[in-house]
Amino acid sequence: MPVLELNNINKSFGSLIANKDITLSLEKGEVLALLGENGAGKTTLMNILFGHYRADAGEIKVNGKKLVPGSTENAIDAGIGMVHQHFTLADNMSVLDNIMLGTESLLAFRTNKAKAKEKIHKLSQQFGLAVNPDTYVADISVGERQRVEILKVLYRNAKILVLDEPTAVLTPQEVDQLFKTLNLMLAQGLSIIFISHKLHEILQISHRVVILRRGKMAGEVATKNADRDMLAQMMVGREIERPKVDHLTPGKIVIELKDLSAGGHKQQTPELKQIRLQVHEHEIVGVAGVSGNGQSLLADVLSGVQASSSGNLYFMGENISKKSPRELVSMGIGRIPEDRHQDGVIGDMALWENFIIEDLRKLPFWTFGWLLNEKACRNYSDTLIKTHDVRCNNMDIQANLLSGGNMQKLILARALSHNPKFILANQPVRGLDEGAIAAVHEKLFEAKRKGAGILLISEDLDEIFSLSDRITVMYHGMLSKPVDIDKASIKDIGVMMAGDLALAKTIQEDSHAA
Amino acid sequence: MIDFLELFLTAGFWAATIRISCPLILGTLGELISERSGVLNLGIEGIMTIGSMAGWMWVFQGGSLWGGIVFAAVVGALFGLIHAVFTVHLGLSQHVSGIGLTMFASSLSFFIFRMMLPASTTPPKIIPFEPVNIPWLSDLPFLGEAFFSHTPLTYAAFFIVPVVMYVLFRTPIGLAVRMAGESPAAMEAQGIDVLLIRTGAVMVGGALMAVGGAYLTMSAFDAFYFGMINGRGWICVALVIFASWNPGKALFGALLFAGLDALQVRVQQLAGSFIPYQFFLMAPYVMSIIAMVIMTRKARYPKALLIPFRRGEKI
Amino acid sequence: MQLELREKTSLGLAVTAPIAAVVAALIFSSVLIMWTGESVFHGYAMLVKGAFGSVFAITETLTKATPLILTGLAAAVAFKAKFWNIGGEGQLYCGALAATWVGTGMVSLPMVLMIPLLLIVGALAGGLALIIPVFLKTRLNVDEVVTTLLLNFIILLFVSFLLEGPLKDPMSLGWPQAAPIIDTGVLPVIVAKSRLHTGFIIAVIAAISIWALMRFSVWGFELRAVGQNQNAARFAGISINMTVLRVALISGGLAGLAGITEVAGTKGYLTLDISTGFGYTGIAVAMLANLNPVGVIFSAVFLASIYVGADSMSRAIEIPNYIADVIVAASVLSVLISLMLVKYKIRWR
Repeated sequence: MPVLELNNINKSFGSLIANKDITLSLEKGEVLALLGENGAGKTTLMNILFGHYRADAGEIKVNGKKLVPGSTENAIDAGIGMVHQHFTLADNMSVLDNIMLGTESLLAFRTNKAKAKEKIHKLSQQFGLAVNPDTYVADISVGERQRVEILKVLYRNAKILVLDEPTAVLTPQEVDQLFKTLNLMLAQGLSIIFISHKLHEILQISHRVVILRRGKMAGEVATKNADRDMLAQMMVGREIERPKVDHLTPGKIVIELKDLSAGGHKQQTPELKQIRLQVHEHEIVGVAGVSGNGQSLLADVLSGVQASSSGNLYFMGENISKKSPRELVSMGIGRIPEDRHQDGVIGDMALWENFIIEDLRKLPFWTFGWLLNEKACRNYSDTLIKTHDVRCNNMDIQANLLSGGNMQKLILARALSHNPKFILANQPVRGLDEGAIAAVHEKLFEAKRKGAGILLISEDLDEIFSLSDRITVMYHGMLSKPVDIDKASIKDIGVMMAGDLALAKTIQEDSHAA
Repeated sequence: MIDFLELFLTAGFWAATIRISCPLILGTLGELISERSGVLNLGIEGIMTIGSMAGWMWVFQGGSLWGGIVFAAVVGALFGLIHAVFTVHLGLSQHVSGIGLTMFASSLSFFIFRMMLPASTTPPKIIPFEPVNIPWLSDLPFLGEAFFSHTPLTYAAFFIVPVVMYVLFRTPIGLAVRMAGESPAAMEAQGIDVLLIRTGAVMVGGALMAVGGAYLTMSAFDAFYFGMINGRGWICVALVIFASWNPGKALFGALLFAGLDALQVRVQQLAGSFIPYQFFLMAPYVMSIIAMVIMTRKARYPKALLIPFRRGEKI
Repeated sequence: MQLELREKTSLGLAVTAPIAAVVAALIFSSVLIMWTGESVFHGYAMLVKGAFGSVFAITETLTKATPLILTGLAAAVAFKAKFWNIGGEGQLYCGALAATWVGTGMVSLPMVLMIPLLLIVGALAGGLALIIPVFLKTRLNVDEVVTTLLLNFIILLFVSFLLEGPLKDPMSLGWPQAAPIIDTGVLPVIVAKSRLHTGFIIAVIAAISIWALMRFSVWGFELRAVGQNQNAARFAGISINMTVLRVALISGGLAGLAGITEVAGTKGYLTLDISTGFGYTGIAVAMLANLNPVGVIFSAVFLASIYVGADSMSRAIEIPNYIADVIVAASVLSVLISLMLVKYKIRWR
């Protein structure tokens, strides 16, 4: 008897069908991979399993017993545990507090910390998950946070584990460690659902793969019978053809960072320590690294949102260290922010308002020095909507009604509209489906051909490898020497991501010698 | 100058400090609990007002003193519930809901008071809590008058501080309240109802605030005046920040503040002819602003404060 | 229960929402009228009569609405940028102080210069009253709610000190009040035998100007952007500090103007009670108008009518005139709900 059965799960949000007639089962001691691109419905399905959502139709059975839907408490009691894609941890509280939350009755008179620590220690040893219960979550690394999330779930005696995109934030070596832990769990009789869109990992760790596409089941296959192309084909429904561009001869330097330092007063981000970097025309430099090593701070400095504390930043030879975002945009820098909802668009404002927001004080958008020329703004927006294929009913709707892909197209259109010489692309395709990813990459290549220099910050190593001409790794606020793409291997980059930045020198020089 | 320093040596000064601090302690604790769970309650001024009126009215109509306190607490919890429905369940602006609640609770108190006592020109009085005589301790010279001749409600107010500390930091429900203010997503992932916890915290906070108001009409004084609360609620909001959301520091802040206030009254008596009395009355408000400025720099706000939680969002 | 964003918000809904809210508040308050034993219908009839029943009543209502329009605008502008300026009351008094300082004999100009001078001085004073809270907010990130609020108490005490001391009118027979504004500074009456003065026209002009500013200017755009998503606004290059400063000066300035209309128009001289909570009521005005500057005119007149009418009502039937405050406060709470319903649909699971 399977430990878990999902029968005919259906779920819609208004007119959006998230899950249609999904039926799958999980056997004891197996890893079932749930594969699908962004937006396919994997997370929704698991949220239904875990009680965050209630399905419109269908039922869930755990060990043959029907699971009462809509309650996370019920799911946990039934032995289901979920490690979410975005960590559900409180930064300002200790690891112990985060794990203990909800495990004791709310009516109890006191918390038993000693007992909890003991249990955590036992589980740590059993599954190879080292954590320090007394540290604050804000002070631990991303890898350790994931270990805490897994321990949280094991602490509550989960027998069925759901892991939602667990490797997105790990170095290749940490991924290996994670897989070792998963195998230990299987040996202990646990069963795992592994959600991912990374084909090579699925092939490595799973026994069976269920593919979701646009909310429906697109196929089910035993891993030993599957290969990359087959899975990719089933995932997208057609040949995935991510655009490729040639390596072009780099031109002049567009951006140069010289001994740049920044940050240091906010508690939770490492300082940038004397960064040196050059980006040339016609090239894409990729910044790899586990998130939380200073990438956001680097992006903020290059965006003009954060001032550097020492060192210099040059654009086309001119010192821009103290310039504001507005000045940077008018000089020819295009920026794609990491979080489109938080920094990219003003959700409550109309599309046309979002298109012109970086150009407020430029003709023809303003007249008499303070009036907004709405007609000019709308014409401009119209052009951008057409050239970048932003799907919408009209330009007056609120920006937060756009899908993720279209919102990113808006932001891209805005960033590229004045033919920038330098583009900062920070996680440009996070959360997008394959079609949108292709569109974004194509636009970046077009800009590269025209002569722009692009700095790509991404936590997706595959993306970095397929787009970059040179790669640099960020660790604890420091940047490695850039490595040419043809000299780097994923393994090497992984080692650098874990701290050995000096390896870069060796890689570059070895090849010279060879 | 000697006169000034001698003020600290009078038992009366310390006794006054204790008395003045009680409504501040209760109000600050109430706001602290609410904010710890992630909800700013700007209705505190109004809730303290209606608490002071409700408790007093209960006694005036023939009820017992402790009955009045319970009644005030219930009324406070009820208004807390209104605020919780608006902000937690409907996700409306915590600022506007709070200000609206203060306006509503205040005006309702004045209306009800006038309705029940239409004809009085001088505020009618009740018999308030009497100071308790603790055998041996109350008779100590200096210390007896300063610390051990207070009303039962005063001792209760101080006693509540360690209770709140214990509940917040050593019980599962306290952990849940703190988590609600730091990461409601974490709570939802562990199967705890965020809305319920926040509502409960805001209601308990409201009850404490109301009792803080009732202290004024039932222990410190014996009648209800219009404008009685006089900004104490807002001062409590400042004190919560000064206390970094910590009950122990809240007690310290309330006592420090009360001490400065008691001092100000006495200094006025000494120097009243040189400095107009209005400047002394300004002192509490100025101090509150300074307190906020000092502490905001290092303030570690509960991370989810002011952010409404919608189920299933961003998981 | 889940809230779902509506794709299109119809204008009709946006206008009926505040009206529905007010009706709900009136229904709630009718319970209080019933408590007095009087007929609800009779009570509200008295209220309407008191506010609109005669030419004099109407002028009284509009006179009362004048400062409310201005403090309402002050709150609307600030709240739209999510700058919680609760200090309208104090800023009003600052404007009044400025008028008293300049307008009681310091300079003597013909009316066509004197009145604009008083308006400018009052607006400046009101704006300056917000400088410290703004500075504390932008440099030190100190919450403006408590600072602006506590300043109200401080300013009022300061005014009390001035009225009992340096500004005290020697001709006032001992009452704490300041000297009267000189003749050329007094705002002329626009309806004979009433108290309605040009301040009302100034307030309406201010409302329309603010509406135009918000709708058509870059400043207005930036203000809205900062209020809706400060992070994205900053990323796009909008200067948050400059925007907040501008908002504060405009908001404080408007409240300061309210001080001028009361001192130079309604009363003629400064006393401690020229404002009966106009600063706070202004917040209610702004909320009821959904922060729309033109809407502020209507909601100010409406709320003024409640106060004027309730005065009348409380003389006709035995009811404390606090009923007006209750109705206003209940309206603020109910308009929050109705405005939410304009933006969101409720989905029952």
